[in-house]
Amino acid sequence: MSATAVHSLWTTAAEPIGKITAPKIEYAQLAPVLIVVGAAVLSVLVEALVPRRGRYHTQVFLTVVALAAGFAAVVGLAAGGYGSTKAQIAAMGAIAVDGPALFLQGTILLASIVAVFTFAERRLDPAHHGHRVDSFAAEAAAVPGSEQEKAAVKAGFTTTEVFPLVLFAVAGMLVFPAANDLLTLFIALEVFSLPLYVLCAVARRKRMMSQEAAVKYFLLGAFSSAFLLFGIALLYGYAGSVSYARIADVVDGNVTAMDPALAATMGNDALLLIGFAMVLMGLLFKVGAVPFHMWTPDVYQGAPTPVTGFMAAATKVAAFGAMLRLLYVVLPGLTWDWRPVMWAVAIVTMLGGAIVAITQTDIKRLLAYSSIAHAGFLLAGVIAATPDGVSSVLFYLGAYSFVTIGAFAVVTLVRDAGGEATHLSKWAGLGRRSPLVAAVFAVFLLAFAGIPLTSGFAGKFAVFKAAAEGGAGGLVVVGVLSSAVAAFFYIRVIVLMFFSEPKVDGPTVAVPSPLTMTTIGVGVAVTLVLGLAPQYFLDLAGQASVFVR
Amino acid sequence: MSFPLLTVTAAVPAVGAILTAAVPAARRTAAKWLALFFSLATLVLAAAVTVRFEPGGDRYQLTESHAWIKEFGVRYELGVDGIGVALIALTALLIPFVILAGWHDADPLETKSSRWRPTQGFFALILMVEAMVILSFEATDVFLFYILFEAMLIPMYFLIGGFGDRAHAGSDENAAAQRSYAAVKFLLYNLVGGLIMLAAVIGLYVVAGNFSLTEIAEARANGQLEMATSTERWLFLGFFFAFAVKAPLWPLHTWLPNAMGEATAPVAVLITAVVDKVGTFAMLRFCLQLFPEASTWATPAIIVLALISIVYGALLAVGQRDIKRLIAYASISHFGFIILGIFAMTSQGQSGATLYMVNHGISTAALMLVAGFLISRRGSRLIADYGGVQKVAPVLAGTFLIGGLATLSLPGLAPFVSEFLVLVGTYARYPVAGIVATTGIVLAALYTLVLYQRTMTGPVKEEVRSLPDLRPRELTVIVPLIALLIFLGVYPKPLTDIVNPAVRHTMSDVQQKDPRPEVEAAK
Repeated sequence: MSATAVHSLWTTAAEPIGKITAPKIEYAQLAPVLIVVGAAVLSVLVEALVPRRGRYHTQVFLTVVALAAGFAAVVGLAAGGYGSTKAQIAAMGAIAVDGPALFLQGTILLASIVAVFTFAERRLDPAHHGHRVDSFAAEAAAVPGSEQEKAAVKAGFTTTEVFPLVLFAVAGMLVFPAANDLLTLFIALEVFSLPLYVLCAVARRKRMMSQEAAVKYFLLGAFSSAFLLFGIALLYGYAGSVSYARIADVVDGNVTAMDPALAATMGNDALLLIGFAMVLMGLLFKVGAVPFHMWTPDVYQGAPTPVTGFMAAATKVAAFGAMLRLLYVVLPGLTWDWRPVMWAVAIVTMLGGAIVAITQTDIKRLLAYSSIAHAGFLLAGVIAATPDGVSSVLFYLGAYSFVTIGAFAVVTLVRDAGGEATHLSKWAGLGRRSPLVAAVFAVFLLAFAGIPLTSGFAGKFAVFKAAAEGGAGGLVVVGVLSSAVAAFFYIRVIVLMFFSEPKVDGPTVAVPSPLTMTTIGVGVAVTLVLGLAPQYFLDLAGQASVFVR
Repeated sequence: MSFPLLTVTAAVPAVGAILTAAVPAARRTAAKWLALFFSLATLVLAAAVTVRFEPGGDRYQLTESHAWIKEFGVRYELGVDGIGVALIALTALLIPFVILAGWHDADPLETKSSRWRPTQGFFALILMVEAMVILSFEATDVFLFYILFEAMLIPMYFLIGGFGDRAHAGSDENAAAQRSYAAVKFLLYNLVGGLIMLAAVIGLYVVAGNFSLTEIAEARANGQLEMATSTERWLFLGFFFAFAVKAPLWPLHTWLPNAMGEATAPVAVLITAVVDKVGTFAMLRFCLQLFPEASTWATPAIIVLALISIVYGALLAVGQRDIKRLIAYASISHFGFIILGIFAMTSQGQSGATLYMVNHGISTAALMLVAGFLISRRGSRLIADYGGVQKVAPVLAGTFLIGGLATLSLPGLAPFVSEFLVLVGTYARYPVAGIVATTGIVLAALYTLVLYQRTMTGPVKEEVRSLPDLRPRELTVIVPLIALLIFLGVYPKPLTDIVNPAVRHTMSDVQQKDPRPEVEAAK
């Protein structure tokens, strides 16, 4: 290769400056994301400029309104046919606006609104000096146990940084399942992960545990991001592009013109398989699938409970959305390569989550392992590789998020002197002391267990049916068996709540403000409605199951 | 559109359950009367179903069909055949007695916090179980049936675990632990069975494309729906496993003695006389209709298991020291007879099995409820703690004896008819099995009479001396049941008239003819 030839690889004849064409951005189609990002920026300004007295109300109002407006925009787009006939690629190929994207964005926004109510809850802890406090650190920058922190707690400080952080996280999650090229995917991942790392670290009580959780989450998350990024680089080497459509074309062998710079690597299957495996690992980390689940229990336990609920629901929705798009849009030609691997991952995830959960003694860790098992069930639907598989996963995600947020909201209510009483032994006899709270939690547990007449059953049935039709009957059998194992530990909590004698020094159930009540109420309502009459939502998910390419 | 009688029959107890649960904590007695009222209203509706049902008419009558979940191909489809009518009538009949018998079982021991309402919960749960059981006898959509089959576990679980037998030997804490063990065992056994059935339900959908029992059975009968032999067998096994856990069949029976021992007597009746019938009913309705060839294929194995159940249950009943566990093992033996009758594949056997379901329900209810009255007086479930009760409480002893004689199938009492039919039907096709099953009768005589002898006869024990005889409420429970046992023992025709046409349909499903010219027995 001559020197001039090499030189021509990285230089090109300059064009006149005036000829650069502006990128075409479809602002209307991107409205849900733009509204939330705009509100997040505004929220930062509120934090800086609005006096402390009015900040809390301003922030809560802004956050809820922005998320609701984002949801309205999603509904408007869906009503305008962007979910079906007018589905298209927007923003120069970076974002897909199609059925799955809109369905998942709608789910994320609704779940976030409900979750934000628990963020804004200020009635659970006793008031400090007339200041009502929330679940977040009085002064996050203070060293745990220091004089500074004690002073801040004593003074009843509250902070409102969590709201801009949530908004940024939601913005990232909205882009994640809609990302139509690998770079957008990566950026969206970082945009929602970084605020989550911070959110995990700001618990008011048990601060060391919270910070430990954040560090673990950050380190492992950074690790998985690195895998993802490396995978992206390899896939670029394989296809000469980061765009999903272009990679898919190369996989299918429709591209003959090679980029001269990549002539040596393009079309190299080793790059494709390794790169793809690494990207998939990044995503499996986010959904908490075995063997990439190690962070889940620690982070779920350490993070402030409202954050745990939000994270467990919304992150899972976003990550599964991204995974579906990657597998169904980019790699349909590789189905026979990824299916066996995903089979194995799904089986160990279902069984691992269910079996390890049995030994847990902390309610938040228990729910963490349960979320791992659920990730396994969802993977069974992903593996179906049929439109039914997509719609069943979409439905399951919608059903699951509200059960999860509701369940964690109940966890915030059960308190003793040290804050939330998350050790299972403290929940003994809760059903005698507060029948209503225990009954509501039992409904959530039964939904997790997939008992008929709850949303959990409808979702599980949809996913297993899709898997069986997609030729994954073996996964259905494993899924059914691990459901039986999982049922055991959900039932154990119910036994504890209803059939055990309450302890003398047991926890009390705090009376929440209407905010948390709304969260729990919505959770119960969605659980029962999706259990008894899932028709409308299954329809919706069915219509939204076609990806644009 | 005609009046949706079947839906209303199931909806009334469900509404009653919700209203009962909503009664304020202080108005306990009102909740009881409300529950009793709704159970009686259900009985009236069930009677209407029986009257409106024409034995000679279509196979499924009073049908209702509405779209429910289109994506899953699920419809809300109801319809009853003679077997369903008989079991709905049994359920609706027993629940008022269960409620009356359990009148004081859920009274709070002391006034705890005012929001804890065990009494309301107890009666609401009973009505909820009734609603689900009735609807499951009516469902002709496999998915709908599955949902009810699973969902009814939850109220049953709370009934077993939450309202244990006060008269437990040993300390209170120990009792609570055993009770929650029994409840969890009950739930896990049945849940595992149900989940395996779920896999089979999904498999059936993949093969058949919808869940309608009538449509699938028709497509199978006229050859439109071919199933590979191995597929059919796997699906059959998935369904049968769930029903065999519920029924319960040896070796999946071990949850029953725990559950019946720890539950209060009325709840034990609910388990064995009502809920377990769903298992045997479903074998007749779903296993035989959907998978006729696989059913025939599995018959020898199932008959062997049924025989083991009969003999094993009876033997263990002989060895029991606990009255309620004894009745539980006797029930396992009787369920063996029912399953034997179903899979003997003769019309006498299957009519006998259906009659047996009804008669076993009534006779076990009678025996168990009197036993419950006895236990609540003395505060012990151990046989050894009793003796000479007949001198102190002759009416109680007398009703106990009649219940026991019904359990051992004395001629003249209802269970005799059904047991005789099952044995005749079995002998016609499988003589050896018929002979082995007969030992169950001999053993039944042994355990029942020994139970009576040890508790009721002999010298009066000191602790028993002051036992009061049956009270009016208890007599109201027991007298009608005994009257019914005698009536159906002498004149079973009303029941056989309803059941026989349905059995003929089932027999033609599995393409079986009776080995000999059909004997219109018991007519």
